[in-house]
Amino acid sequence: MDTNKKEITKIPTKSYKRVYVWQLPVRIFHWANVVAILVLSVTGFIIGDPPALMSQSEAWNTFLFAKVKVIHFIAAYVFFGVMILRFYWAFVGNEYAHWTAFLPFNRDFTINKKAIGNIWHVIKYDVLLMKEKKHNLSDISIGHNYMATSAYVIMFFVGLALVFTGFGLYSDLSSWWLPKLFSWVPDLLGGDFVARQIHRISMWLIILFIIIHIYLVLFHGWLHARGEVSAMISGFKFVRTERVKKTGIDFSKESDEDSDLNYDENNKFKNKE
Amino acid sequence: MAINKERDTYLQTIIKQGYSRRDFMKFTTYMAAFMGLQNSAIGQITKALEKTPRLPVIWDHYQECTCCSESFIRSDHPIVADIILDKISLDYSLTLMAASGHQAEAAKHDTMKKYHGEYILCVEGSIPTGDDGNYCCIAGKTAIEQFKEAAEGAKAIIAWGSCASNGCVQAAAPNPTNATPIHKLTNKPVIRVPGCPPIGEVMAGIIVHVVAFGKLPELDRQNRPKAFYAKRVHDSCYRRAYYDAGLFAESFDDENAKKGYCLYKVGCKGPMTYNSCGTIKWNGGVSFPIQSGHGCIGCSEDDFWDNGPFYERLTALPGFGIEATADGVGKAVAGALAVGVGVHAVASLVKKRKDVSRRINKGIENKDNLQIPENER
Repeated sequence: MDTNKKEITKIPTKSYKRVYVWQLPVRIFHWANVVAILVLSVTGFIIGDPPALMSQSEAWNTFLFAKVKVIHFIAAYVFFGVMILRFYWAFVGNEYAHWTAFLPFNRDFTINKKAIGNIWHVIKYDVLLMKEKKHNLSDISIGHNYMATSAYVIMFFVGLALVFTGFGLYSDLSSWWLPKLFSWVPDLLGGDFVARQIHRISMWLIILFIIIHIYLVLFHGWLHARGEVSAMISGFKFVRTERVKKTGIDFSKESDEDSDLNYDENNKFKNKE
Repeated sequence: MAINKERDTYLQTIIKQGYSRRDFMKFTTYMAAFMGLQNSAIGQITKALEKTPRLPVIWDHYQECTCCSESFIRSDHPIVADIILDKISLDYSLTLMAASGHQAEAAKHDTMKKYHGEYILCVEGSIPTGDDGNYCCIAGKTAIEQFKEAAEGAKAIIAWGSCASNGCVQAAAPNPTNATPIHKLTNKPVIRVPGCPPIGEVMAGIIVHVVAFGKLPELDRQNRPKAFYAKRVHDSCYRRAYYDAGLFAESFDDENAKKGYCLYKVGCKGPMTYNSCGTIKWNGGVSFPIQSGHGCIGCSEDDFWDNGPFYERLTALPGFGIEATADGVGKAVAGALAVGVGVHAVASLVKKRKDVSRRINKGIENKDNLQIPENER
């Protein structure tokens, strides 16, 4: 044990830099989606199998089930809205939010060979837990890995299925044009029965995805120890200094790069050299 | 027009049957109300039935139980059955025509030839297309041939009931005869009137519409008449208030069922079923299933036999066996996934222990080497 400790001491400790990966809209979309999916699933289960209500009040006096449904519909609008905005952000957001980060294609629609290699790497070392002989820095994704984004793309289509069948079923209850846009969906599928079935199955796919998603976030947070979990709150991830271009500013002499004392009134860094 | 010279108008037929003009006016008023038309339409219908010569009707029966015909002749107003289904009006119907055998076939072919492009073809029952259609043969011809022959010269084609519209019970899995709804076998527009059976007044309303206005009624995307299939049974259900309140019968013999609470939890399919049961009701407006204490089974919806049990709110999951539901399979997969995640977590503790312990040791070393000024200790 002692010899082991001495050996470690010879290697300098790794230094990391804070990289702003998840922009504010991405984080807002993420957490709005969390709330929406949570509310939608809970109210959805209640709508599917309502609890036995032993109430003495008259029906005209109560509106409980209808309220649950209204909450479901409001959350559905949030879910749909977030989906549209996130889709928009896939074209204007940073490289980690861009559609090229989600599909294994380059911007000119050629196959992104690095993305394929990345998926392969994730399967080998993260899923199958194979022994990694040589650690390559470039194997560690700064944003999402392509295995994760492939799952997100599938979930996007599952979400679309939920939106189309959900608003299709809802369209008859509404006089607004937006849900009416989807009134053809149950007709195309052959009726409300099929639409409801697809809605229910899609919800289960989302739930199954969530189990894997939360586990893998915890797994990577534990294994890589570079702020995977808190990244969706702060937006920052920690990236090894070697991967960040030298800026010419030597932070080693500064006590705290964050301190207001080191910045002028325009928020520009005061290089003391 | 050929029909004009040879056939009486509807009013003439009705008077000949012994009805008064007052009866006739009552009838047209009923019909306008069933179709959901405004007052002025009563005059239009009256005028049309006064002047229009009776349209020849061919009523074909294939794979069916005749419940549609039964429903139709029990429709609220006696004139309905008299003018449409009376042996004079109906040129061909297996159940109700006077002729039989070769005579009947000859009468049918006469009508088809004489009134080519003018007769109404009503179809009751689905058409088996498996094994060259041999599962249903009439007068030596398969149902497919019979239907195609009759459809060719029809002015309008009406699919009575769930059999002709959706395939109904004989099309339920595994559908041994490959029973097919008629709209899949012709390119002509088909008015679909699903229901097992459809409501008699609905059937009468559609026939009168075609007769009085000379065109198909307004149809929805599934080719069902909007006047009768635009709303779900749920939307016109008198127990809806209990649904919105969250007050449900838990079983058919509990206190809540006695109080008349919503039947949603004992399997009512009203929220997914488009029909007029809640408004027109059955047997002359006496009652409808939900009013009689039984949930809607969704008989006017596609594949209603295969959509899960009638008495439970479950979503059948095709391909996972007859007892499988989306929730059951979902829970099983989620459980399996949770186990898988646990196994992966334990395995990664073992497999990645060197990487992690190296990091931890380094971290501890860094902690030990922290430079904390004297005054902050």
